[in-house]
Amino acid sequence: MATIDHLEAMSTQVRRDILRMVHAVNSGHPGGSMGCTEYMVALYFEAMNHTPKPFSMDGVGQDLFFLSNGHISPVFYSVLARSGYFNVSELSTFRKINSRLQGHPTTHEGLEGIRMASGSLGQGLSVALGAAATKKSNGDPSLVYTLHGDGELQEGQIWEAVLYAGGKKVDNIIAAIDANGQQIDGPTDGVLPMGDLALKFEAFGWKVLVVKEGNDMQSVVNALSEAKAMTGKGFPIALILQTSMGHGVDFMAGTHKWHGVAPNDEELKNALGQLPETLGDY
Amino acid sequence: MNYSNHGSQDTRSGFGAGLLELGRINPNVVALCADLTGSLKMDAFAKEFPDRFYQIGIAEANMIGMAAGMTIGGKIPFTGTFANFSTGRVYDQIRQSVAYSDKNVKICASHAGLTLGEDGATHQILEDIGLMRMLPGMVVINPCDYNQTKAATLAIADYHGPVYLRFGRPKVPNFTSSDAPFVIGKALHLQEGKDVTLLATGHLVWPSLLAADILALEGISAEVINIHTLKPLDTEAILKSVAKTGCVVTAEEHQLYGGLGEAVAGFLSKEYPAPLEMVAVNDSFGESGTPEELMVKYGLDEHAIVRAAKRALSRRG
Repeated sequence: MATIDHLEAMSTQVRRDILRMVHAVNSGHPGGSMGCTEYMVALYFEAMNHTPKPFSMDGVGQDLFFLSNGHISPVFYSVLARSGYFNVSELSTFRKINSRLQGHPTTHEGLEGIRMASGSLGQGLSVALGAAATKKSNGDPSLVYTLHGDGELQEGQIWEAVLYAGGKKVDNIIAAIDANGQQIDGPTDGVLPMGDLALKFEAFGWKVLVVKEGNDMQSVVNALSEAKAMTGKGFPIALILQTSMGHGVDFMAGTHKWHGVAPNDEELKNALGQLPETLGDY
Repeated sequence: MNYSNHGSQDTRSGFGAGLLELGRINPNVVALCADLTGSLKMDAFAKEFPDRFYQIGIAEANMIGMAAGMTIGGKIPFTGTFANFSTGRVYDQIRQSVAYSDKNVKICASHAGLTLGEDGATHQILEDIGLMRMLPGMVVINPCDYNQTKAATLAIADYHGPVYLRFGRPKVPNFTSSDAPFVIGKALHLQEGKDVTLLATGHLVWPSLLAADILALEGISAEVINIHTLKPLDTEAILKSVAKTGCVVTAEEHQLYGGLGEAVAGFLSKEYPAPLEMVAVNDSFGESGTPEELMVKYGLDEHAIVRAAKRALSRRG
């Protein structure tokens, strides 16, 4: 079991990766990536049972993860590389021509660790439910995890899937919501108010855990542990993570401004100064 | 004609029979349906294999996504709903979660085209072949009768990759052999001829055979080829035939845009330019009516094929 100190050191390094990746190509989505870093690190380095090498698309006997809000690919790629799915040096190819690290994740280039393409929002929960159904059918007791943006929940397909999972009592899935309250055009409440997400999921037959400190590693680790213990009991689990977009860098935190904007040279220097190199840059 | 109708049956029942047989011979096959189990003739599979049948409810986007996810771990999912809801309604889900994600999903679509009949244009999709042909890596199949639909259903389970299988609602002549093998991408010569090539798909194959008989009475020898697979197109078979006859007619229950006609035209214009006439719906929506009335009104019957063949012949000179 990883210590909280190690997971926090990993998070700092992952945030450095995210910023250096998007800066190098002056594109990509750092804000949401940094807000979800604790969840992704806790998932891959603590919660999930998974085998990076050799990578198996079918993942029999392993927990699976589906990133539904594919635009936060930088955090996904960094965590996959640092888990050992592929070499961290490949992070330098992000969004460049002939790279396996496409702007949004894809299976199409054979990148280890990716099991579905995502980017067009709202599709990941359905795919995860299919994978969960196959696990049940195969007698595989492993779990299926997902991550969604809160803005992404405005897509109708999500609610088809939420209805299905609750109605059919799917109990081998843990869906996490990155509730940062922000989307491209501004605060979620200004774009299309989402109301009480926990009540919505509960009304659809889900059990909900709200993590008020979604950027506190201990809180996230505890919540994942609690969520795992709730599986197998006849209902799906939603983990609502209250996070801060751009967390970890003072001038990037808590605003939608850094949703899809890369830092310039000076901003990168300032940001990296707040995130000491812990495990070695790629 | 060398073919006779063994007794009209609906192609969707061929799908249902094929799916049931797959259930018995391939344990990896699972089926999903969006509240149209009876219409898709999936009830026999659902009854015999309740643990491998997923009733999704009226939520086609979720159905396509779940099918994509089910492949992870080795299942071969067959989704079933009307063609309209199998394609246009869920195009982005198919594009990203199935086609771009290289998932082994079989999208099985009934009630395609005008022959859906009385329900009218909301349900009569005439754009689905075009939509699906445009997706990289997607195989597109439109079999002609009950026996061929059953054979195609069995064949696509053995092919690894996304497939769109299109079939229909009404009873139509069942004339192919029940033991004919189905080879994806391999067009079938139904009748040899030397004056004009008739390339037909789906419900237009039988009328093309009827048209060939009418043409024969006027001394015109038509070659009839069943293009059951629209993608990949059997360009070799088409080229060989058109090189012999010098002119060609395409016939399909689909819009002019994006269907068999444009696929053949796009290929022949590069490889072997020849007079080509298309029998298809001319940039319009359908309407309520019986299947037979609609096929006549929209110019998709044997007489329309005969007229098109004569136009092609006169242009060839």
